[in-house]
Order: sequence, then C-alpha cells, then structure tokens
Amino acid sequence: MLAHTFFFYFFSGIAILSSLMVTLSRNTVYSVFFLILVFVSISILFIMIGAEFLGMIMLIVYVGAVAVLFLFVVMMLNVTEIVNKKNLKKKIINYRSVASLVGLIILLEMLIVVSGWKYKETFSVFSSININSEISNTHAIGNVLYTDYILLFQISGMILLVAMIGAITLTFKKKENVKRQKYFEQINREKDSSISLVEVESDKGVKLND
Amino acid sequence: MIYLNIFLSEIYKILFLLIPVLVSVALIVWLDRRIWAFVQKRKGPNVVGPLGLFQTLSDALKYVFKEVIIPASANKTIFVLAPIITLTLALIGWAVIPFSDTMVLANINVGILYLFAVSSLGVYGIIMGGWASNSKYPFLGAIRSAAQMVSYEVSIGIIIINVLVCVGSLNLNQIVLAQQKVWFILPLFPMFVIFFISALAETNRPPFDLPEAESELVAGYQTEYSGMMYAMFWLGEYANILLLCALGSILFLGGWLSPFDIYPFNVLPGVFWLLIKILFLFILFSIVKAIVPRYRFDQLMRLGWKVFLPFSLVWLVLTASFLFFFDMLPKVSI
Repeated sequence: MLAHTFFFYFFSGIAILSSLMVTLSRNTVYSVFFLILVFVSISILFIMIGAEFLGMIMLIVYVGAVAVLFLFVVMMLNVTEIVNKKNLKKKIINYRSVASLVGLIILLEMLIVVSGWKYKETFSVFSSININSEISNTHAIGNVLYTDYILLFQISGMILLVAMIGAITLTFKKKENVKRQKYFEQINREKDSSISLVEVESDKGVKLND
Repeated sequence: MIYLNIFLSEIYKILFLLIPVLVSVALIVWLDRRIWAFVQKRKGPNVVGPLGLFQTLSDALKYVFKEVIIPASANKTIFVLAPIITLTLALIGWAVIPFSDTMVLANINVGILYLFAVSSLGVYGIIMGGWASNSKYPFLGAIRSAAQMVSYEVSIGIIIINVLVCVGSLNLNQIVLAQQKVWFILPLFPMFVIFFISALAETNRPPFDLPEAESELVAGYQTEYSGMMYAMFWLGEYANILLLCALGSILFLGGWLSPFDIYPFNVLPGVFWLLIKILFLFILFSIVKAIVPRYRFDQLMRLGWKVFLPFSLVWLVLTASFLFFFDMLPKVSI
C-alpha cells in the first residue's frame, strides 16, 4: 500500500507540474512535449486504479496519434519563442477580462463536475450499471458499450466521421497541372502498344510523337 | 525490506530478459548484413570472430569510443533525449512477450494494447531527433516518418482487431493458446501479408526507409548524430524490428506453440519455437531489404490509406460476419 501511495503521488505530481508547464513554457514545442508527459502520467494513473484498458487507449489515441499531429503542426508553424516581451505584456493586459471570464467559467464547470460526482445518487438515474469484478474491465466496457449504449456509441462515431469528412473537404484543393501517376494504365501497358521498331533513315532521324 | 526484495528480484528478471534481447539484436544486425551480402553475391562481414559474428560488437565498441558531437544550434536536451527514448521504447515492449506459457515478465490483461501503444510511441524518438537537430534534412526525415508511422499504425491496428475478434481476449498468452487448433496465418493469410508489409513501414525498413533515404535526405533524422547516440538509434531500430517480428509470430504463427503436437516437436521448449519463428520473419525482412527498391513517398501513402486500410476493414467485416453466422465467436463468461 505504501508503494502504491508513493507511486500515486509521484505520477500525479508529474501530471500537475507538467500541465502547469504546458501553459508556462515559452517554447511551444516544449509545451507539446509537456502535454505528452501529462497524457502519459494520467494513463499511468488510470492503470494504477485498475482501468488498464482506458490507460492503454489513452496512450494509443492521445499520445500515439493526437499529440503527434499537435507536434507536427507546432513544428511546421515554427512558432518557437515569443521574443518581444513588451508586446507580450500589452497583449496579456488586453486579454485580461476575457481570460478571467473563461477562467471563471472553467472553475464553475469543475465545481459542477466535482459536486456531480459527490451527489451522484441524488441527481443521476443511470447509476444502475452492475460492475462484475470477475471479468476484466475490457470485457466489462465492451458489454455495456455495445449493448446499453450502442446508440450513443454509434452517434459519437458518426460525429467523428462527419468532422473528418468536413476537414478533408475544407482543405482539399483540386490542383491543376499536376502530373499524377495512373496506376492502372501503367500496369496495363503491353509491349505491342508501347514499343515499336522503326527503321531509321540516315541523315533524317525519327520524329517522336507522344 | 520486503520492497527491496521485490525490487531486486524484478531487476534480476528484467536483466535476464534484456541481456539476451540485446545480444540477439547484435547477432541479428550481423545476420542482416550477411543475408544482404549473400543476395548480392558478396561475402558480407566475415573477418571479426568466427564467421564474422563479433562484427557488431566491434562496431559498437567503435561507436563507444567515438566523440559525441552535438551541433551548436541544436536543442541539446531534446537532442540527447531522442535516441534514449527510441532505445527505451524498443526495449520495454519485450516485457509482455510470452516466451512460453509461464515465461513472461508481465502477463497483463491488455498485453496487445501495450505492445501497440509502445510501437506507436516509437515515432517520438524520430520526431524529437529530427526537430532538435535544427537542420533541414533531419527535419524533413522526421516529418516523413511521422506521417508514415501514423498511417501504417492504423492498418496494423485493424489487423490486430481482426485477430482479436477470433480470440476474444487482449492477453498475449490467450492469443497464443487460441491458435492451438490452427495458426491464424491460415484463415487470415491476407492479413498476415498486410501485417508484414505494414511492419516494414512501421520500422522504417526498406523498401519503406524514406525517413533515412540516403539519396535524397543524407541520412534523414540521424544525420547530425554521431558516436554512442547514433549507435542507440541503430540498436533501437533493430530491437524494434525484432519486437514486431515477435508480435507477428504471436499474432499469426502461433507464438511459442510447436507446429505439430506430436513427439519430437512437443518436447522442445516454447522459447525455441518462438525464436525460430522470430528468426524466420526476420530473414524475410532482410531478404525484402535486399531485393525490393525503395518506394516513393506518395506511393507509400497511397498504399497505406487507399489499399491496406480499406482492404483490412473489409476483411474485418468478413471475419466478424463469418464468426457470427457460423456461431464461432469466442465465448466470454459474463
């Protein structure tokens, strides 16, 4: 139990410190790396409470795919360090009212989440899921996700699909004058249609027509 | 005191696993170069030690004694961290590989997800190395490899789901035991082929070694690395190849199971069979390296997204419907 407590405080400490560093570090690439550290330590916390499936999915989806794309974008944009400190201060003062409003809303939301968790029985009617401790939590999640909550599951999948198609159509540009490889034509070329033997007359050469 | 005992015994077990893995990585580098040479009618490394077996050792010693050069404009922390992350990620994956029904360091419930997560984190070593070098060739190599590894992970993931539908468990030992009647390579042969090709792309092996394509990118993300840090990239790469070979043999070739459950075969220990299968897959990997020319980047992307992904998705639907209609889905006790 002692070791468990030690590891819990160790990893949650890393998570809190690095989530602070995400916002505090000047270098945006560092921010993304600290974000990855947050994801990794939170997935370790998930594994420590026995939710190993959630922890691994967190690693695969957030760290393995989402954060890679973040990193990709931040590195490509090359917004490394904000050099002009005077400008930065001015900007912070400009945004002070908006930022404090957003902060207040987030604080309220967190309060609601915490109180909702504490008084779950009074408000929620969905707390009737039987948790069987015999089976692994992957099976348990599968059992409820694909039976009771199949509609919500499908709808969230559809939303993601629509978002993906939307992003593709927004950024897709049909470029002209681009040579594209035509795979089927290339594979279907035969010797007869592409090679011809020409008797070349001296001093005249051949005329190529493509 | 009890913690110290647990700690020491775990350390002992980990060393017992890691040292053979590192030694076999050294041998496999030699084997790779030998096979490459034999395909091209050369002799390959045959001078240091018997048959040239110690060639990798001497190479590694050479790298240790070379100077580590860190470019002046590089981001030093991340530059040093990148090869360490690559090597570590390549080695921690071995923790869940079952060498026989009892010989496994961590027999966790979600073993396959762990392996998949570790292999998908492998891209960070390359991106960090490429970005921290602060030079154009490494950066281009890193961008290429990020796109390539993320795309091929998707098809590997769907292939893994294909196998999992037949098994009904995420535990690697259960996956092996489910193949007692028939190895999954027979019913899922097209998936095995796609897995093999995706594994080539995932480990940046030729013909998909675009992140380090020497004709256009010098050495890709490794350009600025030297000495021990280069050697760590290099060891990590080969350890990763071995790890994916192990994953392939567990998913499709029956892991530590012997091919026939009759007398001369089933007395041999499971470790032996797993090693034979890993070796077989690795020899395929190096023959492919020797005989196939490098892909172009747009062809690589097309292959991943437009060929492998739809095909493995369709195959998944086919497998699932077959199992459903013939009532062969794995039973899970609720």
